[in-house]
Amino acid sequence: MVAVLPLDLKAATVRRRGRHIIGPVTLQVKAGPPTIVLGPNGAGKTTLLQLFHGLVRASSGQVSWAVDMPQADLAQAYVFQTPTLMRRSVQDNIAYPLIVRGVARRAARRQASEAAQSVGLGAHLEAPAHVLSGGERQKLSIARAMITEPQVLFLDEPTTNLDGRSVREIEEMLMAAVARGTKVVMATHDLGQARRLAGDVIFIYNKGIHEHGPASGFLDAPVTPEAAAFLNGDILE
Amino acid sequence: MNDLWEGVAAAFWLVVMLDADLMEITARSLQVTLTAVVIAAALGLPMGAWLAINRFRFRRLTIAVLNALMGLPPVVVGLVVYIMLSRSGPLGVLNLLFTPTAMVIAQVIIVTPLIASIAHQALRDLWADYHDLLISLNTTKGQRIRALIWDARRSLLTATLAGFGRAIGEVGAIMIVGGNIDHLTRVLTTAISLETSQGNFALALGLGFVLIGLAIAANLAIHTLSRTERAGRW
Repeated sequence: MVAVLPLDLKAATVRRRGRHIIGPVTLQVKAGPPTIVLGPNGAGKTTLLQLFHGLVRASSGQVSWAVDMPQADLAQAYVFQTPTLMRRSVQDNIAYPLIVRGVARRAARRQASEAAQSVGLGAHLEAPAHVLSGGERQKLSIARAMITEPQVLFLDEPTTNLDGRSVREIEEMLMAAVARGTKVVMATHDLGQARRLAGDVIFIYNKGIHEHGPASGFLDAPVTPEAAAFLNGDILE
Repeated sequence: MNDLWEGVAAAFWLVVMLDADLMEITARSLQVTLTAVVIAAALGLPMGAWLAINRFRFRRLTIAVLNALMGLPPVVVGLVVYIMLSRSGPLGVLNLLFTPTAMVIAQVIIVTPLIASIAHQALRDLWADYHDLLISLNTTKGQRIRALIWDARRSLLTATLAGFGRAIGEVGAIMIVGGNIDHLTRVLTTAISLETSQGNFALALGLGFVLIGLAIAANLAIHTLSRTERAGRW
């Protein structure tokens, strides 16, 4: 398997209908422990993740992987803030990415069943996905994202509005993925979660990268006053 | 009121006695309509899905035209198909005029826009849900259309049944291109029309009740087979 990282952004800027959303962003995402994207609501965390993943195109500047695009596309997966459930059974939801890639239906369903068992959805295999609880839905979408064994997994605030137990279970899923060598890039506004998971932190403020550095340094001794205020729990606008 | 009761009685006896003529024209009605609906669904459902997922220059105009075509006057469709299929028309060599095939062609033209339009409206909403996920998974256009059609199959069944409803009760077009020829192109609706014009109201009404019963039976059969309206299913 060819390594798709590092991901390089050079002065990447996103504008939508003339409105400046984020940028210019210049940074590198390297293989290793999770990268956590922090910042106030509306700062552009989601747009940055979607720019990484290719769901949003840069209006100017460059986003490039270590390999060419079709190869890079196959090596990444994205978990949305609100889980998108297909109108199918839990098992068929998880199997879908494999079927898209041409895996035979029977094999895909068998693999999906194993994946569901391993994240505690084994009892709901044949249930329609929409009957799942909030935490189970998000576990389903992470299992679905992981089924293709991506090298890079993007997550957009996956544990927002979930109870403590679901958060812990989801973080365990993510740590297991990290242990298998998956690069996790996750937006969150839960500082405790950032402390538990982060290898490095990207702090977004005012439509740009305000600070980017190792988690230990950033979380304990931020350089900029805005980051310090954010970590302090002050309201940033 | 007397006519109505006589109609009910006539319908009852026609069905109970398994009247040979009735069986023949009922079978032909079903054959023509089912063939037309299957072809129209095969065309209309992917067309609706395609319209739901693609953004192109004349999209709005295309959808407006499609919606307008839902109300296409059957008589006009019949007339156009008649001209195309008549001996002197461009497709005259096929010798299709006054055959069940000609009736199927006319019904496909009437029903396809209806199915495509209702399918498009159902799939547009589903596509709004699925858009980001299916883009993220690098699906091809074909895979997107297939996923939408499969996951919305129950709403699409409704679209198809609407098409069936329109086709089974249609008389204007099939009368013109079929000609209501006994033992060849006579179906329930054209027979009703004929009996009415001859003053045989009871028989006409009887055929009418059979037609309504047929439509209900076909809908029920399809719902039962596909197990819609059950708990926990889409």
